[in-house]
Amino acid sequence: MEIMTGEVIIPGTASGALLASTEPLSFWGGYDQHTGEIIDRRHPLSGEIGAGRILALPFTRGSSTTTAILLESVRRGVAPAGIITDRADVFLALASVVADEMYDGAFPMVAVDRAAFETLYSGQTVRILENGRIEVESSE
Amino acid sequence: MALSAYDEALLAGEEGPAAQMAMRILARMLPVFGVDRFMDIEAAHIDSTVYMGVATMEYAERLASLGAKVRVPATLNVSGVDEYGWEEWEVPEEVAANATRQMRAYEAMGCIPTWTCAPYQTEHAPSFGQQIAAGESNVIGYYNSVIGARTERYPDLLDICAAITGRVPAAGLHLDEGRKGTVLLRLKNVPTALQEDDAFYPVLGHLLGRLAPDGIPVLEGMSVQPTNDQLKAVCAGGASSGAIALFHMVGVTPEAPTTKDAFQGTEPPRTIDVDMDELRASYRDLSTATGEQLDMVVLGSPHFSIDEFKALAPLVKGRTKAEGVDFLVTCSRTVRMIAEHVGLLEPIEAFGAKITVDTCPLTSPMLPERIKNLMTNSAKYAYYSPGLLGVDVIYGRLTDCVESAAQGRIVREEGPWKS
Repeated sequence: MEIMTGEVIIPGTASGALLASTEPLSFWGGYDQHTGEIIDRRHPLSGEIGAGRILALPFTRGSSTTTAILLESVRRGVAPAGIITDRADVFLALASVVADEMYDGAFPMVAVDRAAFETLYSGQTVRILENGRIEVESSE
Repeated sequence: MALSAYDEALLAGEEGPAAQMAMRILARMLPVFGVDRFMDIEAAHIDSTVYMGVATMEYAERLASLGAKVRVPATLNVSGVDEYGWEEWEVPEEVAANATRQMRAYEAMGCIPTWTCAPYQTEHAPSFGQQIAAGESNVIGYYNSVIGARTERYPDLLDICAAITGRVPAAGLHLDEGRKGTVLLRLKNVPTALQEDDAFYPVLGHLLGRLAPDGIPVLEGMSVQPTNDQLKAVCAGGASSGAIALFHMVGVTPEAPTTKDAFQGTEPPRTIDVDMDELRASYRDLSTATGEQLDMVVLGSPHFSIDEFKALAPLVKGRTKAEGVDFLVTCSRTVRMIAEHVGLLEPIEAFGAKITVDTCPLTSPMLPERIKNLMTNSAKYAYYSPGLLGVDVIYGRLTDCVESAAQGRIVREEGPWKS
């Protein structure tokens, strides 16, 4: 098991299977708010389900509507359980803050440095702990 | 955090529960912006109006029911429905009902019901140097670049908090140092005739977004003074293929009388030459359709202006579009009213075109299933339509769009785009 430490963007704890890509994503036209599927067909995670997983994306791109789509998916219960980025992403963080206000649905977010971010890959098991600590377990 | 007495009063609920909620959200976001204080704004443009589902409606209604009132003049972006025209299209009744509720909520907060993604072409446009909070990516680009007003890229849901409190994090594009160019793009051998052509500007915007996706590009080498509609097309293109919130066009935009001004006296960190090959590649990249099959022409992203109606009307006068091709123009209620009043709508409607206001096909589920190939003169429609609508697109100049609709098949004057 490995441990990395990042900056807490939104406090909280979560654990789950990791879905990771170094490619940024726009949730508008990129994340299905009904199913949690990643639907940007040019994105490497296209077809994967983000619901209940720990999602690692460097940052979001494009439209200012990413926040609204993520909020809709929290309301429907198909949002990721936690998000890891390589920088403070305003669009994702706001979705968690508003989800907390509206639905008690905040999800934790941690930003790690780029080098640590690049060691993450899909299929690992990840636990986001307090204080920005992340436990990463590879299957073998 | 270095909060002012006013910020603290809002947080303590002294200005009511809505202002308290808005400031609580802003205060939690402050460190994410990487700063420790807020600053005042004078106006806002609200993109939270776009209906994405029940949550966006419930958020608006929560704020409105708590008694939210905007503290600064706040224009409204497009909604999820053409309030009085949606029944002509395929909009599900539930979406129309919810989107309309969401519209009422923002109106109840005292916002100005402009319902347009081109608020800079209304009497509510800000002026040079004003601090504002804008959502909607093309509006952010236009306010910053063309007008020289100052806004960060605000996500939906946060713009309204800024308008209710009159405060934003003192960060990024609000500050002088955040507005310095990051990359110099030099136009090389781009004919003046092409620069005078409307079709040049969406292609240029699309290319800017590709070359400097999260930067502040400085474009050098323009030999003409573009119109406001041409600059609006650059903003929309650059904010679709990339996240351009500010660009400088040397000799054209207000913060770039010279290249040196655009870089605030420093050397450009990076220089890229842009020639016809790059522009042709950008032109090709805007289309996904092959063949001649055409189902629909859509114009007006960002919303059509009166000048654009003036250009369209003589092109369609006395003609009729082909059967089986829809022709749609999207604009604001105000622009439609003016166009009608001065006789511009009559030839356009006689041609067989429809006008949609308040929204557009990207934000309202209005198009019939049968639309598979869509033609447009807008880089933004061209960029988003394949992903959001599941259609193929073809980009063409305004005259190509009219000619194609009249003939019922895609025809394009390649002209300077031919290699």
